[in-house]
Amino acid sequence: MTEFEKVMASRHQIIKDSLKLDYHDFELEGIAFDYEKLMNDSGYSFAEIKKIQLENNVGNTPLIELKKITKYARQFAKPGFGARIFLKDEALNLSGSFKARRAAISVYHAKKMGYKGVVAATSGNYGAAVAAMAARLGLKCIIVQEVFDSKEKNQPEIIEKSRLCEAFGAEVIQLSVGPELFYEFLRILDETKYFNASLYSPYGIKGIETLGYEIADEMMQKEGKYPEVVIATNAGGGNLTGTARGLLEHGAKNTKVVAASVDLTGLHMASDHDFNLKSFTTGHTGFGIPFATYPDRSDVPRSAARPLRYMDEYVLVNQGSVFFITEALALLEGMERGPAGNTSLAAAFSYAQQLPEDFIVVVQESEYTGAGKHYQSQMTFAKEQGVRLMMGNPQEEIPGKTLVFPTSGKLVKHRTLDLMGLKKSYLKRYKDHHFSSVEYNYLMEELRLTLSEIDALMEEINEDEKR
Amino acid sequence: MIKKGSYVTIRKVVLNKNERSTNLPEDTKKVDLVMKIKGVTLEDARLNETVEIMTTTKRIVQGELVELNPSYVHSFGRHIEEIEKIKSVILKETEAL
Repeated sequence: MTEFEKVMASRHQIIKDSLKLDYHDFELEGIAFDYEKLMNDSGYSFAEIKKIQLENNVGNTPLIELKKITKYARQFAKPGFGARIFLKDEALNLSGSFKARRAAISVYHAKKMGYKGVVAATSGNYGAAVAAMAARLGLKCIIVQEVFDSKEKNQPEIIEKSRLCEAFGAEVIQLSVGPELFYEFLRILDETKYFNASLYSPYGIKGIETLGYEIADEMMQKEGKYPEVVIATNAGGGNLTGTARGLLEHGAKNTKVVAASVDLTGLHMASDHDFNLKSFTTGHTGFGIPFATYPDRSDVPRSAARPLRYMDEYVLVNQGSVFFITEALALLEGMERGPAGNTSLAAAFSYAQQLPEDFIVVVQESEYTGAGKHYQSQMTFAKEQGVRLMMGNPQEEIPGKTLVFPTSGKLVKHRTLDLMGLKKSYLKRYKDHHFSSVEYNYLMEELRLTLSEIDALMEEINEDEKR
Repeated sequence: MIKKGSYVTIRKVVLNKNERSTNLPEDTKKVDLVMKIKGVTLEDARLNETVEIMTTTKRIVQGELVELNPSYVHSFGRHIEEIEKIKSVILKETEAL
């Protein structure tokens, strides 16, 4: 057995030791597990989570009406249309993003359980969030990132994230491209015996519920109603899951929850060659679609992020449109924010145009910006990689080859994904499986489908197989 | 000679290309999985020599010394003509608001 095979073979034990959570306790039968039990057994009430966050400068971020962006969008809507757009300014959290909400609970829990340190596998804002919280609570911190390709060319946005982790006293392990990052992560957990501050543990997801709750609460107080739509940038699914659960916790049952991702169709996430052709390192289809259709691909046996349970619609926008909207946010609202967080804003700009003007659309996050994470550095980097920059219709953008910026705001358009198609992809992995009634019930909650809809999709899958 | 106690980056092959996961795109299969990590050298060494370092969390890691005094050089990028064009589109279309 090679070292790689040995570590991978003991992964369940390593994960169990590093979370002190036995996922067997939540298994039901076959493919089914008890999701609500996993969430409820975390041992933290909503009030406790809120208290931990507020004590650590996390949460209660401003919800700002983007009046000029709204007016701009209305120019392209038919009379009486163009919903009001609000932004939850999550960049103002400790460490500059909503990820602080997740880290606050994970790291607090690690401290409570007596761990000496925390480890997280993330190339995103979550690294700095864990590092900042670990600094506050006096824990050691190691962040494992995917940073460079085989030519050792660094992605500037991730280098900035390395820097911020190090600013908070964390150790950063930088890796080249590949999913075996998980192997190194497990090896470090095994060596250090630190806590696995996974993005996908129940702690990581429960921390975001406050975000949805705050939106519902503030809207109810200020506008006397819940927002009609909340748009969440979607990658691993935790942001959407936690936000939707928080909205429901407050009672916002009729608020439509929309996922938005940057369209990177055609770029392979595990490809060494494609790695530096992306202008977005997260919030894109390369994570959003695989994690929606198979949430348990994460670094824990059962992911607490299960976006298809909460998603009413899934929309895509392209890179050029997000850069354009990022510029509009700065020019029209005086808010300079990171591009990745603006994915849902680009979607909202277009989405709002199809809704009446008294409707409210909330963009539920923003993120900090800076060197490397700025659209200007991403565009410079794209040019250096041979990506062509041009003005035109962003719908014609080819990820990895061109970045197309709209010649008018009216060309910022979202594209709706076929949600049923995603649910079918989810079910494909069970094509030869005969579901028990427990499994059917699980799938009905997981996919929000009726039994006969599940059967119809399974039939389609089997038909496709025969062809 | 780089003195013991210097702040450096080391490079280490985590998995040789033939040890890598089987489920990878062709281009990724052809290259090693490489790690870089920073720390303080525990002995004198030359560039490209194998050296032991102590990391921030006090772990001892061995690898090839590739950089002395690693620095952050990422930036806001160069002037991009398209950004000026985007700005003028937005300002022109919102002039009357």
